[in-house]
Amino acid sequence: MYQPHSVMGDQELPGVLILGVGGVEGVLENHVGLLKKNFHLITMKEFLENKKELSEKIKSIFIFERRPTIDRGLLESLPNLKVIANSGVGVDHLDLKLISTFGVKVTSTPQAVSDSTADTGMALMLASARRLVEGCQIAVSPDTERFAVDWLGVEVTGATLGIIGMGRIGYKVAKRAKAFDMKILYHNRKRRKEEEEQAVGAIYCKKMEDLLQQSDFVMLVVNLTPQTHRLIGKRELELMKPTATLINISRGAVVDQDALVEALQNKVIRAAALDVTYPEPLPRNHSLLKLKNIIITPHIGTATVQATCMMTEEAITNMLAVLNGLPIPSEVCPK
Amino acid sequence: MEEHELPVLLVNEVGGICGVLEAHVDFLKTHFQLITMREFLENKNILSKNVQAIYLWWHKPVIDPELLQSLPNLKVIANSGVGMDHLDLKLISGCGIKMANCPHAVSSSTADTGMALLLASARRLVEGCHIAVSLDTECFAPDWLGEEVTGATLGIIGMGNVGYKIALRAKAFEMKILYHNRKQRKEEEEQAIGAIYCKKIEDLLQQSDFVMLAVSLTPQTHKLIGKRELELMKHTAILINISRGLVVDQEALLEALHTGIIKAAALDVTYPEPLPRDHPLLKLKNIIITPHLGIKTRKTTRMITEEAVANILAALNGLPMPSEVLPD
Repeated sequence: MYQPHSVMGDQELPGVLILGVGGVEGVLENHVGLLKKNFHLITMKEFLENKKELSEKIKSIFIFERRPTIDRGLLESLPNLKVIANSGVGVDHLDLKLISTFGVKVTSTPQAVSDSTADTGMALMLASARRLVEGCQIAVSPDTERFAVDWLGVEVTGATLGIIGMGRIGYKVAKRAKAFDMKILYHNRKRRKEEEEQAVGAIYCKKMEDLLQQSDFVMLVVNLTPQTHRLIGKRELELMKPTATLINISRGAVVDQDALVEALQNKVIRAAALDVTYPEPLPRNHSLLKLKNIIITPHIGTATVQATCMMTEEAITNMLAVLNGLPIPSEVCPK
Repeated sequence: MEEHELPVLLVNEVGGICGVLEAHVDFLKTHFQLITMREFLENKNILSKNVQAIYLWWHKPVIDPELLQSLPNLKVIANSGVGMDHLDLKLISGCGIKMANCPHAVSSSTADTGMALLLASARRLVEGCHIAVSLDTECFAPDWLGEEVTGATLGIIGMGNVGYKIALRAKAFEMKILYHNRKQRKEEEEQAIGAIYCKKIEDLLQQSDFVMLAVSLTPQTHKLIGKRELELMKHTAILINISRGLVVDQEALLEALHTGIIKAAALDVTYPEPLPRDHPLLKLKNIIITPHLGIKTRKTTRMITEEAVANILAALNGLPMPSEVLPD
């Protein structure tokens, strides 16, 4: 039976729907306090058990790790829903058009994610180039008697980095790579302003092919959209140098995984480093897991104590802005 | 016949897991007559007077008084790499032999290694890779988190060529940079990287989220980081060592990692290398150890050999050497 909260103030706070707290898909336990300061927190379980009382109270939904799933049924059951705030910047799991037909705004957290994700891109590039994970295995292996001096990686300093997707995150990657004296090429829907290009020494490649052919490292930093779905396939991999490394910190579906398996097996490219795959995790018998020239990380893009906290805070700021009729910092509009 | 006019260069061996890289042999042979230790030992009587230069590759051949005595015409020893702690500089110099290292060739690659270890350790990359492939993994836990690098405080101990390049890279990650060095750097150099000098190493240790060791190994830096220093560090801090294993008291480190005095460590160097296979450091969860990656790229190893050759040729021709090393 639904028990009203004993604290009066709580009931006046707008209701925010979340999937749950803790566990595999729930909001992080230590972020609950942040949410409760400004909202009446309602879990999906509570909502489903008391739809009548709670449906009108829910003004916002906080999406964490792509949950709860937003479908027509849910939207229809929440007459006072004003905003869906996504934790993270990828919104490919949301039907933006559908949501907008209900007059509901969607927001994301671009500020909170960009540094952390750019750092992840750099970490993967360095780890792959210098064979760090393989090296760690050698360092601890019972079979290791000596460290072979002809066991070499590839240089990062002075190499050419091709960034596909020069949004906030791509630009931060470029800033970091510049400090490694890397030559930076980029491909983007829109060219950046000249001052922005000059600040990181980035050269625009209108044709993605030019970037692919010249890069030692290709980093994918795009959103997943119908246009970027399988952006990197057999053809693109074959355009890359055989000594090149592919790094993906965007979404798994930006890469044709079957084509990637083949390219790595046949040494069409040197190696790959993926923070994202489709699905996540990959099935345990997937071919990608068996390759020697790949490193896969479990979507650690924003997995830091600080970034996750900032994401929740940014989501809260956006939700409050919508509910209070203020300018919305990071609204996401359907194309 | 021309070959006999080329000076004779002694190396330990060619190829295999320890020898001078096969890919460098042609280049060496354009400037020198190349002989290996094995060839030398088989023909000592004939060859001993001919050897004018030694190219040390990964600290071999071992330079001892016996070897020096058997090479009366040895003029120069060039070391692949910048660390000279494996050489008795006074002994060698006392025999009138010049020495050189390769500071220019090594610095970028070693700085990259330092950053790679810092990022990998902070973001739990190696652990993450295991999770990504493990048969037991059903989903990725959202509360599995690492530490932020952007905006964190990096304390660099040893601000030579390598330390400075690390600072340049770290600045791009908006890290706050503290450094401790025998000498304070010039103001313009500090400003270029936004680095703050800590005259007392304690100040650096107490404030840093990441402590990076980029010193040479000398009697002064031997066991520089011990129990006391580790206890001064934040318990959330990570220690990264890209200098020499002996700069750290390994027993103290083991204890500190075991009891949570510091959060984690990332070591590209240990003593010895490799560690014995049953060494307790290998069993810790909060450590990553790499097999002395420092300069291990095709490009840098090539640059090292080129820098060594330039030094050797300068010495043999009586010209100033680009990177001569003198005993202190």
